[in-house]
Parts: sequence; C-alpha cells; structure tokens
Amino acid sequence: MSPMRMHALFIALLGCFAAMPALAADDDAARQERWHELRQSIFGDRPVMDGSTLLALDAPLRALDASLVPISISTNPGRDVVGVYMVIDDNPGPLAAHVEYGPRGDPSLLALRVRVNQYTLMHAVAETSDGALHEIARFVKAAGGCSAPVGANEAESLAEIGRMKLRLSGKVEADQPVEAQLLIRHPNYNGMQMDQLTRLYTPMRIVKNIDITLNGEKVLGLEGDISLSTDPAIGFRFVPRAEDLPGKLKVTVRDSDNTVFEESFDVPASGS
Amino acid sequence: MLHRRHALLGGLCLCCLPSLARAASFILREIAPGIHVRRGVDEEATRGNADAIANAGFIVGQKSVLVFDPGGSLADGTQLRAAIRETTTLPVSHVVMSHAHPDHIFGAGAFTGDTPFFIGHARLASALAARGEYYRQRLEEILGSAAAGPVVMPTMEVADAAEIDLGGRKVGLKAHGPAHTDNDLSLLDAATGTLFCGDLLFVRRVPSLDGSLKGWLRELDALKAAGAKQAVPGHGPERVDWPAGAADLERYLRTLVVETRAAIKDNIDIEAAVEKVAAAERGRWTLFDDYNGRNVTQAYRELEWE
Repeated sequence: MSPMRMHALFIALLGCFAAMPALAADDDAARQERWHELRQSIFGDRPVMDGSTLLALDAPLRALDASLVPISISTNPGRDVVGVYMVIDDNPGPLAAHVEYGPRGDPSLLALRVRVNQYTLMHAVAETSDGALHEIARFVKAAGGCSAPVGANEAESLAEIGRMKLRLSGKVEADQPVEAQLLIRHPNYNGMQMDQLTRLYTPMRIVKNIDITLNGEKVLGLEGDISLSTDPAIGFRFVPRAEDLPGKLKVTVRDSDNTVFEESFDVPASGS
Repeated sequence: MLHRRHALLGGLCLCCLPSLARAASFILREIAPGIHVRRGVDEEATRGNADAIANAGFIVGQKSVLVFDPGGSLADGTQLRAAIRETTTLPVSHVVMSHAHPDHIFGAGAFTGDTPFFIGHARLASALAARGEYYRQRLEEILGSAAAGPVVMPTMEVADAAEIDLGGRKVGLKAHGPAHTDNDLSLLDAATGTLFCGDLLFVRRVPSLDGSLKGWLRELDALKAAGAKQAVPGHGPERVDWPAGAADLERYLRTLVVETRAAIKDNIDIEAAVEKVAAAERGRWTLFDDYNGRNVTQAYRELEWE
C-alpha cells in the first residue's frame, strides 16, 4: 500500500489486532494454504471443484469502507443451485454466511454487505442439488472492518433493533424472478467493539438466522456470523407462482441472544 | 504575519525530525492577537510531511498557553512545541485534541513533559481505546517508530461545554453530537471571535465523514450561530471568514444528502451510488477520489433508514 493511500485508510479503518491471525497471509502460497485449511474445516473431505463456469463473485478490488463491503454472488440461471457459502478467508469468523434456498427462492443473485478485516481472499461456494461444491475466489483490499465501532448510528441501530425494510424492484409477475432487498436493523456486535460508556468490549450479539418465506413456503434461510455488517442487508430473488399473488413475504430473524424478530411484507401483483 | 521557524534543529533530537525540508516548511501565522496557526499540507501522510496534514494552533493568554490540535505525529508536535517556545515563555497548560483522527492528535506526545490537561470529548477515550493502537502502528509504518509518537489519552473530558481561563483570556469548549466523528470538540475564543472547528470544517480538502451526515449539518448550523467572525478549519487555510467559510462544506454535505437520498429512492445500489453521488463536486476539492466514495457509503447506510 502506498503512503498516499494510508491516510484514507486511517479514517476508514479501525484496529482489530487481537483478532488478526498470527500469520498474515501475505503471499499467494500462504493464502492458498489458508483456503485449503478452511475448506477442510467447512466441507471436510468433500471435493470442491472450480466453479468459474457456474458462479461469479463480484466485490470491489479495494473496499472504500472496510466495515461495509458490498459483494454479490450470481449463479447461472437454470443450474440447480441449492445453497451458497460465503467465506472471507482472513476474517476472524471466516464463514460469513450460508444460504439455503427453498422452492420459492431463486439463487441467481445474492447480495450481502460484509466486514473485511484485512487484505484477504474471499470465496463463494455454490452447492448444486447433486451435492457437488463449486468455488470461485476474489481478492479484496480492505482492513479493519471487524472491529469498527458501530459508530454514530449505534444508538439508532439499537433503538430500532429488529426493524426491517423490504424493497422490491421491477415488476412482480407470476413465475418471474422478483428482485428484493431486505434491510434489518441490528448492531451485529461482533464482540470486538468497545462500549462507549463502560469501555468494556461489547458482548457479541449477532444475527444468527434469517428465514424468508412466501405464503409459508421457503424462499431462503441464511445462517449469519460476525462478518455481516451492522444493519445486515440481503439482496435476493424469489419466484412467486400465480396463486402466490398478492401474497405475504414473511421474515424471521433470530439473533445470538435468541431474540426473535418477525416482519411480514405485502407482495402485490403488478405489471401484468 | 508569517514567521519562518527553521532554526529549530539546534536543541532537538534529529531522529524526531523527518527532514530538513519539513522544518523549513513549518510556517506559523498569527491570525488574531495571540492566536497562531500552522497550516497543514493538503496531502496524505508521508514520511516527508511527518503527517503534518491538519491545521495545528495555539492560543496565548496572560498566564498560559492552550494548544488546539497538537499535530499529526510526535515529530510534528515537537516542531509545534518548539515554535511555541519561540513565541512565549508561558507554560502550556492545556492541549485540546479535537477528535480521534491521528493527523490531529499524534503530536500530543511532544507535550507530556509540560503536564498539561489533555482535553477531549467525553467519547474520545473510548474511540482511542478502540482505534488508537491501530492508528499508531499504521503511522509508524509510514514515519518510523521515533517520529510517530504514542497514543495520549485525555485527562479532562468535555461532555457538553467547558470554559478554560488562560489568564485574562477565557475560551469556551463545546462537545458536539455525532458529526464528522462521534467525538468532535470545537473552541471559541470570544475576545477575537475566533472559532477553532477541528474537522467540523474542511476547506478545499475534501471532507471525510466518519460520524453522521445529518448530524454534521446540524452541528454546522450551531457553529454558524456561535457568534464568531473567523474560523480555523481542520484542513485548509489558517483562517476563513465566518460563517461564509462554511459554504463549500455545507454545499458538499447537502449534495451528499440530496443525491444519496435520490439514489436510494431510485433503487441504485451502493456500488453504483459511490460512482455517481456528488460527482459534480470532484473538481472543487483536493483528494476527492480518496474520500468521496467512502463518504457516499456512510451517507447511504445512514439515509436508507429514513
């Protein structure tokens, strides 16, 4: 990193030393070794094949804000993807999210906002219905996102914990994918932020599960971890049938305190 | 009036001075009776500039001296302290640290021998506890360990407002709500109508948002009504007329609000918004591309919950 860039990072980055792996994977061999170990711990001995023809991982090469790095995973329509794993190799909790799709879900696009603790490889792994795993990697330059104090929005985030917003874009038509973005107010304390008043580290309180259904049928379930940004956001697609419209999209969020937040959103039929 | 402070090498440890060029560039300007400001350069931190990139200054009373932002590194703070010693023999009684960003406060270590009150916002200590060590290590990487300096914690906290008597000269300190950061402190010298804004005011150098966009506009309104006739920005010239000098910052922040809201309304995602929002401001600020995208990200996450 050039000195000219350092100051921008000062402002953007917040210290996270305790959590940094002792061995900073600063060369390619070390990064590959790290991924090899992670793959073992997440998938065991299951083979993971090159997924470059099945999926794409989009992330900024250099993150502007390490505590909020927008990423998206797209998979080829028509392929039978049943789940997606998002791994940020050098984060303290590398498995950022695991998404499993239900009958009303459409895996063709998944967008997340994540924290990135240091320069790292990211891996997206798609699982197809035959049980095969397909991986793709991207390198991201960002550091310090995991310990970023939740900041000025912390009070609002806590005061409004569990508040949700759903945005649908484009037309809502039967048997066509509908693009949606879900926002969840939750500080997603990862246990690395210092409480401003007590000056103690805030105990971890993170979003563990997000379940989304359309009229009772599963769209997707997401298992989250400490790498999701404050106020977690998920961009996803779902496919309503004719009998689903108009319908209700129901979201159930459970956090690590076992608090459950529920919200239900109208899905109107439009444009047909 | 401009003074060149370049004859300072004699009594100082050379290892604290990154270069002779740096010493020659240390220019102090007296912007009002007893108020001296060293302009920071509009650059990112480098070994060559010793992180002297933010404005640093001091106010001389009849009994003692108050420093408002002690400089961006121990090397920078050492220069500032030497300049103070050339200006007055009065003791340094107070060192104000305007907020947690390293370019404003890592010079504080140069003043520990004076045992002043190190003054900060009530939330400064926790911000430094969370980030200070990280800032220090990064600064060391750029400047070397001797020049970077230690993290100095505040010994006097301001939760709302405070008054400091420097002998025949009382200055007021104000702790602000979340704005540039969540720990911004400003100072008003009523006698000369001079307002030290810290990074609540950027002039020419692109602002960086690390607190609350709407909060910053609110605090800026309060500062404009503070009754000052000139202001010292955290970055930019030593002084600007006040409140006229707030106009560019206000326009930039309002542009961020308006255009980010529009992007959210039009379902433009963050990745696309950072390319688009406030783009017309690009030619008006130095270092625009280093900060605007992050500012938009911050604005977006704040405004999407409206």
